[in-house]
Amino acid sequence: MKRILKSRETTLLFSLVALVLLVTLRSPSFMGLKNMNGILNDTCALLIVSLGQFLVILIGGIDLSVASVMAFTGMVTALMNQHVPGVPAWLFVPIGAAIGAGLGSINGGLVAFGGLPPMIATIATMSIYRGFVYVFSKGAWVLSRDMTPGYLALPNSLLLGVTSMVWITLGVIALAWVFMRYTSSGREIYAFGGNRTAALLAGVRERKVEMLVMTVSGMLAGLVGVLWVARYGNAHSETAAEFHMQTVAACVLGGVNFVGGAGTVAGVVIGALFFGVINNALTVVHISPFFQMAIQGVVILAAIVSNTLIDRKTQMRLVARRKI
Amino acid sequence: MGQTILEMRGIGKVFPGIKALEGVDFTMRAGEVHALIGENGAGKSTLVKILTGVHRPSSGTITLGGKRMEFHSPVDARKAGIAAIHQEASMFPDLSVAENIFSGHFPKLRFPLVDGGALLDWRSMRERAKSLLARVELDVSPDTLVRELSVAQRHLVGIARALSEEASIVIMDEPTSALSVRETQDLFKIIRQLRSEGVAILFISHKFDEIFEIADSYTVLRDGAYVGEGSIADATVDSLVHMMVGRDLAQLFPERSSSPGERILSVEGFSRAGFYKDVSFDLRSGEILGMFGLVGSGRTDVILSMLGLEPKDSGRVVLRGSEVRIGGPRDALGLGIAHVPEDRQSQGVILDMSIEDNITLPQVSSLAKASFLNRAAERAMASAYGARMEIKAAGWNSEAKTLSGGNQQKVVLAKWLATEPSILILDEPTKGIDVGTKAAVHAFMAQLASEGMSIIMISSELPEILGMSDRVLVMHEGRVAAVFDRSEADEAALIRAATGYADAAETEGRANR
Repeated sequence: MKRILKSRETTLLFSLVALVLLVTLRSPSFMGLKNMNGILNDTCALLIVSLGQFLVILIGGIDLSVASVMAFTGMVTALMNQHVPGVPAWLFVPIGAAIGAGLGSINGGLVAFGGLPPMIATIATMSIYRGFVYVFSKGAWVLSRDMTPGYLALPNSLLLGVTSMVWITLGVIALAWVFMRYTSSGREIYAFGGNRTAALLAGVRERKVEMLVMTVSGMLAGLVGVLWVARYGNAHSETAAEFHMQTVAACVLGGVNFVGGAGTVAGVVIGALFFGVINNALTVVHISPFFQMAIQGVVILAAIVSNTLIDRKTQMRLVARRKI
Repeated sequence: MGQTILEMRGIGKVFPGIKALEGVDFTMRAGEVHALIGENGAGKSTLVKILTGVHRPSSGTITLGGKRMEFHSPVDARKAGIAAIHQEASMFPDLSVAENIFSGHFPKLRFPLVDGGALLDWRSMRERAKSLLARVELDVSPDTLVRELSVAQRHLVGIARALSEEASIVIMDEPTSALSVRETQDLFKIIRQLRSEGVAILFISHKFDEIFEIADSYTVLRDGAYVGEGSIADATVDSLVHMMVGRDLAQLFPERSSSPGERILSVEGFSRAGFYKDVSFDLRSGEILGMFGLVGSGRTDVILSMLGLEPKDSGRVVLRGSEVRIGGPRDALGLGIAHVPEDRQSQGVILDMSIEDNITLPQVSSLAKASFLNRAAERAMASAYGARMEIKAAGWNSEAKTLSGGNQQKVVLAKWLATEPSILILDEPTKGIDVGTKAAVHAFMAQLASEGMSIIMISSELPEILGMSDRVLVMHEGRVAAVFDRSEADEAALIRAATGYADAAETEGRANR
């Protein structure tokens, strides 16, 4: 219990609640069910993709291609839907995930077999994947009128009053939590990120871990790509542009160590929610859209600095408590 | 030989908890090559670090050219004319030879009326570098990047750097450790030339042949204390070895009564160009095989190749009568071979993971059921081996970073013992461990051997090698120099073998019989 109270996730959760209360003071409708539901649905995409990014950051890397993977799968499935409307819409969810996994495994191959650092590999594929969106669409948009109602309903259909988007997100969170906490592969990812040499000497296979995290990151981005395009009712070459930076920010906010080896699923979830709340709150309290981006940056910076300071203090306390 | 230029008197140095030096006297004259001799840990590098201003002495005085000196930083020492030629660590590989020579004291531009300030005078830098390179007979352009130079050439750049500072004392710490015979001779030629110019050279080497070839005088340290000094002309290998090691074994080692059983592992004809050549040895069950040799003798390289962590050109491994292929840690693990690396903290512990997760890591997938972790089995394993290694921790769930360094080392040992290997390879098992824990590790090794485990122990500490090994394999320059049984091994014999004097020792032995 003490451990839970002291953990970084709890600190972050408290600041999240404080932030919500603060905004509600200025604008009481913020806490309303409708607005909260909106925030949740808006944040789901960020949440899922951030969980993939989390794995890559855990091994000390970064996946810059996730936004391009989203645009790629979104465009490909939207075009399929437009030209072959007979295909059942729900099939696009696994298809999107599969395309994403394929693109992610190309990243993984470049890292595991080509020896490239994840950042370099994905900086290249980021352009390549988005480049293909232009190629497939010839620069044209696919709009909601081109899509079937079933496709557009993918993220929005209700079950027990909650959207499918939220259900899918809850499922991904649950799977990620079980994977990281209860499987040997999850343990190996933590070990590999924490101390690569020690992990290799203990028999952890480098290529397996690298392939795994890059593929999963791509898969989750692909899954979200489909839902994203259906939710906003358009697919184009700028879909989800710069979204990869938000996923990185969510991980950092959630306390994932950028050097690798430390971080939790719960932290990433809270980090992403934090990001979603800030986005929404700035609009609700009527801050000019011109300022919003800059303020977002400041908030992220403040969160990171305070996290680092807290971390350093705990470290010092640990060292002081050591028996010799 | 010139007059005394350096006099260090009664130098002492205390680090928290350790007395590194006590009452050391050290004197150098202008125009001599002075060998500083001692075993690993005798205090040579501490003395050098005091002389170069890296450490400040806890007691004693330094007199340089008749003046009392106090160095507060390496810059002070360099300004006073003391230059150390370190191994490559202190070079900038991506800068040019000229920049390396003058880094820290770059020639600056001067204008008639205004001072050039921070602007570099590239022309004079190149010209001066050219003439310095000519003095050390290094035929490369000042614009060459240091990255492109051989180790020998880098040493010469280091010497040129010392000359550029007009150093009166040049310190060379094992300058020949990575040089070929010819390169060594070229280096000696330059050393002799410097000596004739009146420069004093402090020469540290483990190789007696070199000491006798190049040095004029010597000072011996042992256990941080001054033992003696004299002229090389009056010394013999035997007298120097005796001064270096003439001590009672201060440590107590456990009684070893194990009688090794049948042969379990054979390494046959291992060779790797540039590292080691034609190395073969056997390991019997319940045996502790000590591997001794100087840094660079190839002992660790042989083991790493055997485990598939480094490549090899040729050779095979026979385990219990059949040839095996070990391609990496997983294979070794499967064959029951555990390897505890020398740098346990950086290569063994995962600081952000719990003690339990650290201990079970090598077996996490074999314990798992359908790739789901088997927490109960992990907890049992961690508490069994954690308790056996007497790890002091709040609980097996605490993160490894909450432990002291010594306890982190125990976690690594526990991790490998938990794999229940039949062969355990320990690289410097007690390096960086305090005396109390050292004895515990030794007792533990003896116990494991008596239970039938075979242990290969790589160690640079002679007392440990002598106190623990059933047999000692000594390597010198990539070859097996000698193998001693427990009964035949003594410090002098091991040092001779490790420094390339084994043949002489053997002939002597035969003559005595």
